[in-house]
Amino acid sequence: MAFRSAVVTFPGSNCDRDLAVALEKVSGTECIRVWHGDAELPDNLDFIGLPGGFSYGDYLRCGAIASRSPVMQAVIEAANRGVPVFGVCNGFQVLTESGLLPGALLRNSGIRFVCREVSLKVENAQSLFTSGYESGQHIRIPVAHHDGNYHADEETLDRLEGEGRVAFRYAEDVNGSARQIAGVLNSAGNVLGMMPHPERAIENTHGGTDGRALFERAIRGLVGA
Amino acid sequence: MKVRVHVSLKPGVLDPQGRAIHHSLEGLGFSGVNDVRAGRLFELDVADSVSDEAIDDMCKKLLANMVIENYRIEKVA
Repeated sequence: MAFRSAVVTFPGSNCDRDLAVALEKVSGTECIRVWHGDAELPDNLDFIGLPGGFSYGDYLRCGAIASRSPVMQAVIEAANRGVPVFGVCNGFQVLTESGLLPGALLRNSGIRFVCREVSLKVENAQSLFTSGYESGQHIRIPVAHHDGNYHADEETLDRLEGEGRVAFRYAEDVNGSARQIAGVLNSAGNVLGMMPHPERAIENTHGGTDGRALFERAIRGLVGA
Repeated sequence: MKVRVHVSLKPGVLDPQGRAIHHSLEGLGFSGVNDVRAGRLFELDVADSVSDEAIDDMCKKLLANMVIENYRIEKVA
């Protein structure tokens, strides 16, 4: 069965091609490109990617307008049916704004835009997206964001930790995120949002390949290859 | 009808922008400022037929993110 993925482009997305290329290189099948104004998604998708960037110029709040765009209704319905949805950076912000993931991403505590490679600790290595890693493994993945400071109330944070929904944690202070959380899963495990960019670390010319296992494992898990 | 919606960060939510503004005020020589919290103001011009409930709904669904923000609606005229 051929892997069938789609990446959504919002006005102001700028990592949509990176994400689509990563999915294509790892899967060997074409990634379908979807526009934010589309009210429907292609049929029978195995994977939906929400890319990084500055959708709608970050107006109002990062991801706020994008999360209310026509295509997001279809993405929310697909996620609720169990279709894997993966949001990177601005895609993570869209996922929290849409309510598919808890919490919110605030301005970095140091105010500055952070653009560098960081060390992440894999916290949950059993999810669809992370089973290519070992629990506790440290990986190096680039970040590039201004608003990556993960915030949720203490009760929500405790619940996320208790349910194994913290997928990745920063191994260093990057942006002031609560409990250094870098990526979270929904309760069903089919939605992952993370600020770091694994799609920018899939081949040697990127300077590292630690992001590749995420795509490899998700694709393998989905097509049963 | 003019409506102002004031959106502010909930108490306890870190506000790096407010902190930077605070430092900048101090840098300008203003003393006695204990804290600064940055917020947003929306000025809406809405038809008189728009209900209070609908305006409240606008705040909850878009203007404020209820995870981190509070809002206050003020009818101006």
